Amino acid sequence: MSDHTLNKLPGGYKGMAADMSSDQTAFKGVQWGKTMMWIFLLSDTFIFSCFLISYMKGRASTVVDWPNPSEVFALHVGGVPVPLLLIAIMTFVLITSSGTMALAVKYGYERNRKMCAWLILATALGGLTFVGMQAFEWSKLIHEGVRPWENPFGAKQFGSFFFMITGFHGTHVSIGVIFLFIFARKTFRGDFDTGKRGFFTTMKSDYVAIEILGLYWHFVDLVWVFIFAFFYLW
Amino acid sequence: MDETQNKQQASTHKIGIYLWIWGLLFVLSFFSYMVDWIGFQGLLRWTLILTFMFLKAGLIMAFFMHLFWERYALVNVLLWPMTAIACFIGLMVAEAKYTAFTRLLYFFTGG
Repeated sequence: MSDHTLNKLPGGYKGMAADMSSDQTAFKGVQWGKTMMWIFLLSDTFIFSCFLISYMKGRASTVVDWPNPSEVFALHVGGVPVPLLLIAIMTFVLITSSGTMALAVKYGYERNRKMCAWLILATALGGLTFVGMQAFEWSKLIHEGVRPWENPFGAKQFGSFFFMITGFHGTHVSIGVIFLFIFARKTFRGDFDTGKRGFFTTMKSDYVAIEILGLYWHFVDLVWVFIFAFFYLW
Repeated sequence: MDETQNKQQASTHKIGIYLWIWGLLFVLSFFSYMVDWIGFQGLLRWTLILTFMFLKAGLIMAFFMHLFWERYALVNVLLWPMTAIACFIGLMVAEAKYTAFTRLLYFFTGG
């Protein structure tokens, strides 16, 4: 739907009622792939919510002291333990990559092919750095004796929730990194300018695909905001 | 109406808004890290953590994910299901308290 047509539609809740009862497309001005990505992200929200809620329930119902994340995730810099240092760096790396992704989407819509591609590549490298640091964190904790069924710091449930939640999030980041590299290549090659057909679909490529990929990437950052707050800071 | 006009500007003109949100996210993350660094405890800690968390989440969804510029039909379909999660949290808080209570009762007093 063209912007000209969209501009004629009523906005706000009146517009919502009109859109929903229009007996046509409910989500006007939203490409179908974008709608599908949003619906997938909504379902993913429920999956992560279930993980975090089960973590809340596990932590609130155990009668053994919960390990202090501030100490468990501390890094020793020059012999001095700095609480949550690695986690803080990971958080900043992920936010940085989220920012480059937002700019990539903007430059994509401006048809600035090179800028868009470089920013996607930067996003991918940020994601890769994040996954690398997470692998380091995992191996460090495993080395210290943290297992899904036991750990030397306190309540046994700690390990299972840690590996489950950060593992599932890390998987999302890894999948995102793979797609970011693929899309960086597609953008450099000019697929979105020429409308070349992709390997997943026979439909023509369009810069809206970058926004859809961006939605997924921002969601991964969004989930990390909640994990950071509930698992590491609480 | 206004939303779509803004969307045009936002995705093709204003780089400033993205840089502002980016900067705010850095500042808010720094603040939430400071909560742990300074070592606030109890209600103050939880309030601060939740405040910074919701601010960050809101900024990401509204501007990076463009929800601020989308029509209400999409925004409402995406946000209302979150109330189900809030209900689930409420249920599980009650359940966790009951589980902790029964564990204390049977582990330490033997029933």
